[in-house]
Amino acid sequence: MIEGRLRVPGSVKAGEPFEVRVLILHPMENGFRHEADGREIPMHIVTRVACTYGGREVFSVDLGTGISANPYLVFFVRAGQAGELKVEWVDDKGERGSARALVNVA
Amino acid sequence: MWLSALLAAVTVASGIEYQSDAVKAMQADSFGNPGLLWVDRGAELWKQKCTGCHGDVASMKGAAARYPRHSPQLGRVVDLEQRIQACMPGLAWESRDLLGLTALVARQSNGIPISVDVSGPAASTHERGRSLYFERQGQLNLACTNCHDANVGKTLLSEPISQGQPADWPAYRLEWQSLGSLQRRLRACYFGVRAEMPAFGSDDLVALELYLAVRAKGLKASVPGVRR
Repeated sequence: MIEGRLRVPGSVKAGEPFEVRVLILHPMENGFRHEADGREIPMHIVTRVACTYGGREVFSVDLGTGISANPYLVFFVRAGQAGELKVEWVDDKGERGSARALVNVA
Repeated sequence: MWLSALLAAVTVASGIEYQSDAVKAMQADSFGNPGLLWVDRGAELWKQKCTGCHGDVASMKGAAARYPRHSPQLGRVVDLEQRIQACMPGLAWESRDLLGLTALVARQSNGIPISVDVSGPAASTHERGRSLYFERQGQLNLACTNCHDANVGKTLLSEPISQGQPADWPAYRLEWQSLGSLQRRLRACYFGVRAEMPAFGSDDLVALELYLAVRAKGLKASVPGVRR
């Protein structure tokens, strides 16, 4: 499982954008580097991060080799009512990780 | 002349002062500091293995500010990593487990002035560390002091030279894209002056760490640090 961290505000206003922050533990090896003895280091990157709110996808991003190790993503989501926010990520080896948080609407 | 020397001696500045605003912001970010990915692992391990003896990790408050120190049980001066390795044998240098636990424990002393004890059994290690600090080494024939006292604030390959203070370690170094120990950082300096790098855990690295801690007296740490 690929570990990561997720932070959402404790309470948000209905209909107003709030900030979602995601930090993922991943080497993001771009495939262009070599070991000291010349061997290629194979590409190993997180390819997709998706966020669902109440089961519906509200944000997704396809990452490439230009993203540094341990990607840090910040994006905005609007909520009409309280629900569960879930962020999932998957890398090019098919390994997955996720984090979830409850969002309270004031 | 003596006044400027005195001023240089009292203005102890953490390495973060020599970093860009972006790196400062990264270190100050209570969520996005990437070193916290290691601290999370440390907190998980602490819950599983350490609470039996030590209780909550808050009991470690102030401990890291006194390291490296002489351990009567081990009979030598050890740094924080080695003290943790003594508790949990098998934790490898630079493993996520050891770095995570070290950062978690060190973090409890954030804001507490560094103050190490070099009296009694630690005195000879301190002496060794000080002589290493002023000893020229490697193909470039440089001692620590030639950069970190004589040329502080000037640039070396576009990077400002810091005072070489040991606070904020373990730190996330952008060059490594990983958290790393102070020993790893010291080895990188040995590499930089093209000297033979001492092994992890060697007496020389610990002695140097102890001297740096003496030199950093009063400096307050902010673990995990972030550096270029």
